[in-house]
Amino acid sequence: MENTILIKHLLKHPSVMIFLGLLAGFTLLVVGLAEGAGIGLISTSFVKTLGKTLCLCMIAIAMDLVWGFCGILSLGHFAFFALGGYIIGMWLMFARTKLIVLEAAQNAVLPMTQSEVSQAVGTQIFGVVGGAEIPAIWTFADNFWIQIAFVVLVPGLLALIFGWLAFRARVNGVYLSILTQAMTLALALYLFQNDSGLRGNNGLSGLQNIPGFDAVSQADISIWFFIASAGALALIYVLAYGLISSKMGNIIRGIRDNEARVRFLGYNVESYKLFIFVLTAIIAAVAGALYYPQAGIINPAELAPIASIYLAVWVAIGGRGRLYGAVIGAAFVSLLSSYFTGGQAPDIPLGFGTLRWTEWWLVLLGLSFVGVTLYAPKGIGGLIDHLTRKRGV
Amino acid sequence: MKKLVLASAMMCAVASQAMADIKVGVLHSLSGTMAISETTLKDTMLMMIEQQNAKGGLLGEKLVPVVVDPASDWPLFAEKARELLTVHDVDVIFGNWTSVSRKSVLPVIEELNGLLFYPVQYEGEESSKNVFYTGAAPNQQAIPATDYYLEELGVEKFALLGTDYVYPRTTNKILEQYLKDKGIPESDIFVNYTPFGHSDWSKIVADVVALGADGKKVGVISTINGDANVGFYKELAAAGVSADDIPVVAFSVGEEELSGLDTTNLVGHLAAWNYFQSAETDANAEFIEAWKSKMGAERVTNDPMEAHYIGFNMWVQAVNDAGSTDVDKVRDAMYGQTFPNLTGGVAEMLPNHHLTKPVLIGEIQADGQFDIISQTTEVPGDAWTDFLPESKVLVSDWKGLSCGMYNTETKTCVQIKSIY
Amino acid sequence: MLRNLLLLLLPVFLIFSAPNISASPLSSFEELLERNAKLIQKSSSKTVDPVLTEIQEFGGQMAAIFMQSWIEKKLYFVKDTGAFVLAEPAGKNEAGKKMMTVKGALDGKPLGKMLAKSLKQIKPNSGVRAKIASALVPIQIGSDDIETRKIGLIALSRDIMPSHLPPLKRAIEQEVDEDLKRAFQQTYIYGVISHSDDEAEVEAAIYSLKDSLSLDARAALNPLLTSQVRVSKTQPEGQNIARIIIPGRSVRLSDGTAGKQVLMSGADPELSLATAYQMLVEKGLAAAAPTEDSRKETLVAMAEDGQIGPFGLTTLNTDAARNKAYDWLVENNGAPPRVLKAEMEQAVSAHIFYAVYDHPSKTVTNAAREVLAGINSQVMVYKLLDLALDGLSLASIYFLAAIGLAITFGVMRVINMAHGEFIMMGAYTGYVIQLLVPSYTISILLALPAAFCVTFLAGVAMERLVIRHLYKRPLETLLATFGISIALQQIAKNIFGTQARPLTSPAWLDGAFVVNDVLAISNIRIAIFCLGLLFLGLMLYVMTRTRFGLETRAVTQNPAMAASMGINPDRINMLTFGFGSGIAGIAGVAIGLFSKVTSELGSDYIVQSFMTVVVGGVGNIWGTLAGAAMIGSLQKGIEWFNPSNTLAAQTYMIIFIILFIQFRPRGIIALKGRAVED
Repeated sequence: MENTILIKHLLKHPSVMIFLGLLAGFTLLVVGLAEGAGIGLISTSFVKTLGKTLCLCMIAIAMDLVWGFCGILSLGHFAFFALGGYIIGMWLMFARTKLIVLEAAQNAVLPMTQSEVSQAVGTQIFGVVGGAEIPAIWTFADNFWIQIAFVVLVPGLLALIFGWLAFRARVNGVYLSILTQAMTLALALYLFQNDSGLRGNNGLSGLQNIPGFDAVSQADISIWFFIASAGALALIYVLAYGLISSKMGNIIRGIRDNEARVRFLGYNVESYKLFIFVLTAIIAAVAGALYYPQAGIINPAELAPIASIYLAVWVAIGGRGRLYGAVIGAAFVSLLSSYFTGGQAPDIPLGFGTLRWTEWWLVLLGLSFVGVTLYAPKGIGGLIDHLTRKRGV
Repeated sequence: MKKLVLASAMMCAVASQAMADIKVGVLHSLSGTMAISETTLKDTMLMMIEQQNAKGGLLGEKLVPVVVDPASDWPLFAEKARELLTVHDVDVIFGNWTSVSRKSVLPVIEELNGLLFYPVQYEGEESSKNVFYTGAAPNQQAIPATDYYLEELGVEKFALLGTDYVYPRTTNKILEQYLKDKGIPESDIFVNYTPFGHSDWSKIVADVVALGADGKKVGVISTINGDANVGFYKELAAAGVSADDIPVVAFSVGEEELSGLDTTNLVGHLAAWNYFQSAETDANAEFIEAWKSKMGAERVTNDPMEAHYIGFNMWVQAVNDAGSTDVDKVRDAMYGQTFPNLTGGVAEMLPNHHLTKPVLIGEIQADGQFDIISQTTEVPGDAWTDFLPESKVLVSDWKGLSCGMYNTETKTCVQIKSIY
Repeated sequence: MLRNLLLLLLPVFLIFSAPNISASPLSSFEELLERNAKLIQKSSSKTVDPVLTEIQEFGGQMAAIFMQSWIEKKLYFVKDTGAFVLAEPAGKNEAGKKMMTVKGALDGKPLGKMLAKSLKQIKPNSGVRAKIASALVPIQIGSDDIETRKIGLIALSRDIMPSHLPPLKRAIEQEVDEDLKRAFQQTYIYGVISHSDDEAEVEAAIYSLKDSLSLDARAALNPLLTSQVRVSKTQPEGQNIARIIIPGRSVRLSDGTAGKQVLMSGADPELSLATAYQMLVEKGLAAAAPTEDSRKETLVAMAEDGQIGPFGLTTLNTDAARNKAYDWLVENNGAPPRVLKAEMEQAVSAHIFYAVYDHPSKTVTNAAREVLAGINSQVMVYKLLDLALDGLSLASIYFLAAIGLAITFGVMRVINMAHGEFIMMGAYTGYVIQLLVPSYTISILLALPAAFCVTFLAGVAMERLVIRHLYKRPLETLLATFGISIALQQIAKNIFGTQARPLTSPAWLDGAFVVNDVLAISNIRIAIFCLGLLFLGLMLYVMTRTRFGLETRAVTQNPAMAASMGINPDRINMLTFGFGSGIAGIAGVAIGLFSKVTSELGSDYIVQSFMTVVVGGVGNIWGTLAGAAMIGSLQKGIEWFNPSNTLAAQTYMIIFIILFIQFRPRGIIALKGRAVED
């Protein structure tokens, strides 16, 4: 019953249907062509890249919600993304290491005690960074479901506290941007320390190996994660769409356009902002939890302030205030970046020298970004709007 | 330089057409913070592949380099390694610099049974079936340097300064235990970690100087990495700390790093490596000449370059012996391979995938080169240190025991795959 | 410096040898060297002592000259004959082999040219060099040349030997230079403290160090207070006792006495219960307690068919089960019994743990303790002062980095994310100028205005092309300038590479301003501090006393009104932005001087700079100063409590700032009135 209502509801919004249809088609295409399940035209590493891109699209949607729709330019959302990755990474590392330890101890005369097991796991995980003890924050790392709950709870709580403090003090505009940037910088610096208990600069690695699935090849695992990422993206897209087309969506847009007026109308602006901030933080964390098992390694450099600014860049290029704009921006710019910086792009010989993409891509990206801000503030999404409206869709 | 990259790009293009060629993957960052160190190693590899091709290639085939750029981005290392092994089907990979990047690549290399030659001094506590470590293990650099401090300079109080990442952490952990075993009390070991690129050194230098207050001779063991060294040595010079009062021995400062520094204030400070450009042998003179004629007269050679030089030549010999580039066959042929060091003597590949190497200690000179003041005979590399209780019982022997982490007490193989 | 000495000694030596006196000293010295050839050629500080003693005993100028050329690494030996020679490079021969000009090491007799390959340089390591220097001391401090005596003093202050005391006493009597005489006397005091057996003399020497803050004084006193931990059943007597130790409770203080454990001080008790018990075991005063590992070993070793009595080995996967099984072994198989905690405590409390000073004389240790206590409390005060200086220095660096922003962001409300890149451009300008102008002093003086010009123009260009269009959209300025920032950073990488480039300060900025051995600050930091003050003055003057400043303030407050008063807002905005950017360029030169020049230099400072301006209060230069002072001193303050962790200090500082902004959202010095609204 509920399902049919949802479907009916969705049918009224063709853009969502188009998006979901395209995403489904794309997923089927990739799975069909991939090494793991299909005919092997797409390499496993490229499947992983595509899967990661889908996760980036998810956090771009979060960014679009908080910035494009609510007007809060957060320069710290990658902190939540990375936190999600760290929390799932703790389980991946701990559980896998424990399996290895238990396997090695199988032939021992005396079975290991609980403390011996955790000691051995500690030595394995923290030996490389000069420690052996398992820090307190790893207490529940052994339990998959608790860690999954943490993926949502910890970033959500951080966003709640930070947002409550910031919005209550009416910090807004540019100040809020700088404050969010300070937050992600503080977290990054904290994680860079060895004492943080998350292996400092080394970060968590080997995350692509799923405990208990040693026998399954990475080609297959990459497909699983790709499908999971596509599913999560679809879900989050529908959720975000539902949110912005509801009454609440109107209020949020109102806050973006004129905060004071919405407040005078009797709405509690701070609560709405806080809700969006926390919700998007959780979306970012879920995206991160799906991203890092595909990347295989996470370290504090991932949440350096520049990552979050890039996120804003993607959304701006894709087109703010349009969900598909955010998705297009993230996919387009991140894939293009990895293409050009990867050294695969052919160099262009100019008369006086050679244009090497690895060297000049960032310059072009930076300048094109200036161009977009100045001359096409609506981004690629604006372009699509323009074209579709012309055809009268 | 530009021509070179162009040439390598063209070679890549050729490679995709002629499938019969032997492909050599080069996995060094060409952009980002590590580019400064790693680009040199990529050029070294290209030079040696070129030389080998001039000698008629290998097994009658031409060697073709496949260069990728992991951009100093640790996760990207794993991605690029997978790309090299699955898309380009390379027969061997030469690459990585930082330990973090190696740990990132390990699971991929082990999963796909690749072959990696890792050329940089590292923290040990690792022996992967698929990696040959041609740089120094701690017992080939850190421990002999500490012995030099204890025995030759009579240092009684130690300041272990490092950049906060895995190599300094593990090395300092080993050194701390080693010093305690040597009778240095814990209160005489000062440990400090700073972030990458740290620049505010005044307080740390002041703290180190203040260590001398109880009348003991102070020595600094530095595992400070990269750019941060510039500020550190500047502050050291400003504080008037001479090498005769408080010597500094560095494990990550070589000829390449010094070329960005004014060394007049650093004369007399030390570095420990397995190779210095100033080593006086014919092979070294030849190597330097080839390098300079290719890259320019102002370029210097350094320790990781020598490691690649030995690693590449050993691999060539092993492929010749095995008659194939198949990873398992080449690995078996690698054990016991010998090749002359550039500093004299012979390097041998051990069953634990480490080399025998001489340990050299050099004093920094005003011209940015090192004056070699101590050189040992070849020391066999030890994968698992003898100075930590949990590692003492472990050995690595891929030839006899087929295990990189074998517990000699329980007589079991702890694990086949590596810790990462 | 050392070369001077050799040149000075050389004429003496030549006069000596010119009349060609009997060859006997020469030949007997040669014989001495031949005997010790191996130890000299491959010297080690472990084995060099007897050789040096022998050479010293031989004495004379020849020995001095030999040691001098040895220490300066000028000594070579001929590989075939083993003869010691002095050699200098002399180009290449026809065959392209390197040649060297060779002289006899002792008589300086020219021996022609030799192949470089047939010679080997003797390279004493710095340990050996220190020993040679020490052996040269008596000759040097007795020299007629003051510079030589000063060199001797340096070697002496590094390591004074008992054998140095008599020649030093003579040198003090003969010394004519007042400063040097005082230095000799000071060194003599340290020598007495370390080596004299005369209790009264040592005591007097110790008291003469009262209130001396020099590191050497503490280095001389502290070794007197080293102590060894002992244990006995009865009250110890007749020993110079430093402290009585209560295991698990008392801590060791730096002067060797015991103290109470203070909460939060981080000092652990000197002896834990376990180590105290272990001491008893080692002394044979208690029975060894089986450890977890030995318990495990015993269990495995004594098991029969996987069973220990009634217990199966496979069930022993908890501590409690293992203890049970082990206790069964104790009863039935005679394994050593476990020691319970209460038993341990009892055994430990039945004994007295105490520490004894290594120095036997109570008078001396008491005197040393008293004098050191006085010194240490003063050292503490100076350390705090030093910390304050460090904080001030850091604050001035932050201030310099942020002051340009105080204009562009604070006054104009333009978020310029490329501000850091302007700092970087300034630093690279300095680097390029140093490449062109060889003199460091002139190049720095040129670099400051040049950096200002370059970044001024860049700022003006940016304002004209980009920012002008975005005054109504402040958040988008942030993004556009970020685009410029990554482009500029990458361009710098393309031009200069990723390697850090040196920006060398002129010689007069080398070194440090030293108050005493505790309180010192490098000259370069003082210069940065002065530059910061200068800028503050300049900014205040420009903004409040000049027409340009007045117009700027008018335009920022109300552009329309300003325009109707005949001010051209476009022009003023352009110039103001250029001015702010230009100052960032100068800051870049200063920052490059004290650290390094890389393309990432700017991004290291950008977040801190914005925070400085925000914390201080936007639109007010005093606010920026207050913000920088607060952030700088706070960071150093946190580092003081957590010395080995700079990152933690930065983290806590940022968290503090985030919280601070909750309570003062407009910063320390908040603007009031209409200008507050964005």
